[in-house]
Amino acid sequence: MERIIVIDMDLDALKQKLLTMASHAETAVNEALRALLERDYELALRVKENDRVIDQLEVEIDDLAIHLLARAPLASDLRLVTVAMKISQNLERVGDEATKIAKRARDLSQEPPVKVVIDLPRMAKLALDLLKGALDAFVNRDPIAARAVIPRDKEVDGLNKQVTEQLAQHMMENPDTIKRCLNLITISRSLERIADHATNVAEEVVYLYEAQDIRHTGKTGKAGL
Amino acid sequence: MNLTMTPEETKAVPGAPAEKSPPAPQRFENKPAPAPATPASRPVAALAVKNLSVFFGKHQVLKNVSINIEARAVTAIIGPSGCGKSTFLRSLNRMHELVATARMEGDIRLFDQDIYGKDVEPVIVRRRVGMVFQKSNPFPTMTIGENVTVGLRLNGVRNRAVLAEQTEKSLRMAALWDEVKDRLNAPAVSLSGGQQQRLCIARALAVQPEVLLMDEPASALDPLATSKIEDLIRELRKDYTIVIVTHNMQQAARASDHTAFFYLGELVEFGPTSQIFTNPKQKRTEDYVTGRFG
Amino acid sequence: MTVSSTNHVWRKAKSLAMNGLCVGCAVLVILPLGLILFYLIQKGASSLNWDFFSGVPKSPGTVGGGMGNAIVGTLELLALASFVGVPVGVLGGVYLAEYGGERLNNWIRFWADVLNGVPSIVWGMVAYALVVLPMKHFSAWAGGLALGFIMIPLVLRTTEEVLVLVPRSYREAALALGLPQWKTIVRIVLPTALRGIITGILLAMGRVAGETAPLLFTAFGNSNWNRHLAEPIAALPLQIFNYAISPYDDWNRQAWAGALVLVAMTFCLSLGVRFFSGGRFQKNT
Repeated sequence: MERIIVIDMDLDALKQKLLTMASHAETAVNEALRALLERDYELALRVKENDRVIDQLEVEIDDLAIHLLARAPLASDLRLVTVAMKISQNLERVGDEATKIAKRARDLSQEPPVKVVIDLPRMAKLALDLLKGALDAFVNRDPIAARAVIPRDKEVDGLNKQVTEQLAQHMMENPDTIKRCLNLITISRSLERIADHATNVAEEVVYLYEAQDIRHTGKTGKAGL
Repeated sequence: MNLTMTPEETKAVPGAPAEKSPPAPQRFENKPAPAPATPASRPVAALAVKNLSVFFGKHQVLKNVSINIEARAVTAIIGPSGCGKSTFLRSLNRMHELVATARMEGDIRLFDQDIYGKDVEPVIVRRRVGMVFQKSNPFPTMTIGENVTVGLRLNGVRNRAVLAEQTEKSLRMAALWDEVKDRLNAPAVSLSGGQQQRLCIARALAVQPEVLLMDEPASALDPLATSKIEDLIRELRKDYTIVIVTHNMQQAARASDHTAFFYLGELVEFGPTSQIFTNPKQKRTEDYVTGRFG
Repeated sequence: MTVSSTNHVWRKAKSLAMNGLCVGCAVLVILPLGLILFYLIQKGASSLNWDFFSGVPKSPGTVGGGMGNAIVGTLELLALASFVGVPVGVLGGVYLAEYGGERLNNWIRFWADVLNGVPSIVWGMVAYALVVLPMKHFSAWAGGLALGFIMIPLVLRTTEEVLVLVPRSYREAALALGLPQWKTIVRIVLPTALRGIITGILLAMGRVAGETAPLLFTAFGNSNWNRHLAEPIAALPLQIFNYAISPYDDWNRQAWAGALVLVAMTFCLSLGVRFFSGGRFQKNT
């Protein structure tokens, strides 16, 4: 019985770390977007600082996962370990993208705002929703919710394209805004990447709870039961 | 609960092409000429078990087990102690009959021939379905070479050339030839544990069975010897049907193509090994495989 | 609770006393044996000469003669007894160990143990009734048969015990190769147990070599060489008995010599037992 308890403890620790990392990543994106919209220089700096925590957690999770793999877990335990490694990698990238957004926000806050109508706020909200949705699905063991996240990535992709075009147009017409527009384009791209990572997390969640690998299929499929 | 589970890709082929004749006239000892190993053809069931129940006196050890063992593949049988896996293995070559109070119901067919038929002697069945045991047991009064050929010699084969050839062939198949070729006259008990077990495998292979049953063959061995046995099993799979009972799930995951999980005398789940160990369908299987019980 | 020194001294003294008691008992056992041997050698060695081994009993008063016929006779009787005792005992042991139902086997064992305890003179009477009466005279056949009867339950039990010691896994391995049960027994189990079986046979032979009572009215004894198994035959114990109770000095001395020879024979058989069983114990890992 000893052995079972030990591996359960480690699996729980793994899950906990993953949840902690998820919450940090969500906060990072949230705060980066707030720093952007509220032009908050200090907040932007803080986001960059906190990314270190996220990076550290990725290292710890991978380490713990390797240790667990050495004990040859099987079935759902095995899936948990491999999924944890993948999710942590995606979350670390999310943290990096949040940092990029924060840096751009920091630069933008030093200059007057650009007068252009773009749907960046809506895109930000979408990306944040997708991330939250994927992470909630993981916490709540809800593969169906995870599957629901995946198709919405297209929306974000579409918005990114739209924003990029609008900004390109604006840049051509107002060359003095080039630097600021480029920053905004970068931010849009980061948001698009965050949505992609959120989708990856959702796919891993489906694999964890349903043992179905739906990556690269381009469709959600029916929930396999 | 549906107990007649088969891996999806296995269907019992109605009979080897053309050689099969209707039940009555065919004598059991004539092996049907083995269908050539064409990977593209549908997998053949080497052993088709239907509704097998085994009783020792009043105690029912196996309950209505139905399973198809694929030919030229490795099938692992896992389960906690006392679940009936050893009894199941032994019923495949009628070794459970060594217990006086043993009784069986149901049907077991070896390449479509009933091994429990009225006129079928256990001795004949056992020449076609060989067995290797948990603790290696080379005969102590014989040399290494004599141990390998004992099955042939005591069945009347006298030709020295044939015996020598078969000795080398079997020892090579058991990955033991290089280690013992210079001392075939040494007593069999002078070998190490792992070598003795491979000798027992060679001994079983020398009589050219079609199926090889292995009852926890590596449980008494150190890890290095164990991995040699596992490698050996993977090699043998090209020519033999292998059924292996094991306590060690990692071993089952490493060495087998299909896995059957037994619990309290019932076959709970049977499927491709990769599926059983990454995504079992039954909760009991999942619990056992992750070590939550048993 | 401390271990005081007086306690320690007291315990040491107790230990020493017990040790002394054990040694004393061992000496008590070995001493008489030693004394007997010594006495035998002292009394009998002087009469051991070539004549003793090659000659036959001469009439009382005549010097010389020997127990050659008795020594050979004992050997012949042992051989005859073995012909009867060994096959029946070994095959019976095989049956008990390898075949048979639980209840029947228990019965057989029980009766074998009973027969083991039957006084040997009773076997003599059985042989008398079976052989001597129909033949109307004493013979080596009868003597051999009587001794054989004694050997049977001994060999049966030791054979069975030794066969049971052969690990089940050898039988299973042989059967799993497709060998029929009889072949498994004959070619695998028996050879593995062979040393033990031989040990059992030698022990039984040692036991019957010294039996006197059953021979009294079966072999009966012979003052000359036995030329035909249907004739009476001399045996060492018988000869010793006759000589010992006689009033002739010469015969008495020869009786001692005969006893010495008999002890020597038993000694050799025990050596044989040691040889066969010693190897067996080393092999059984």
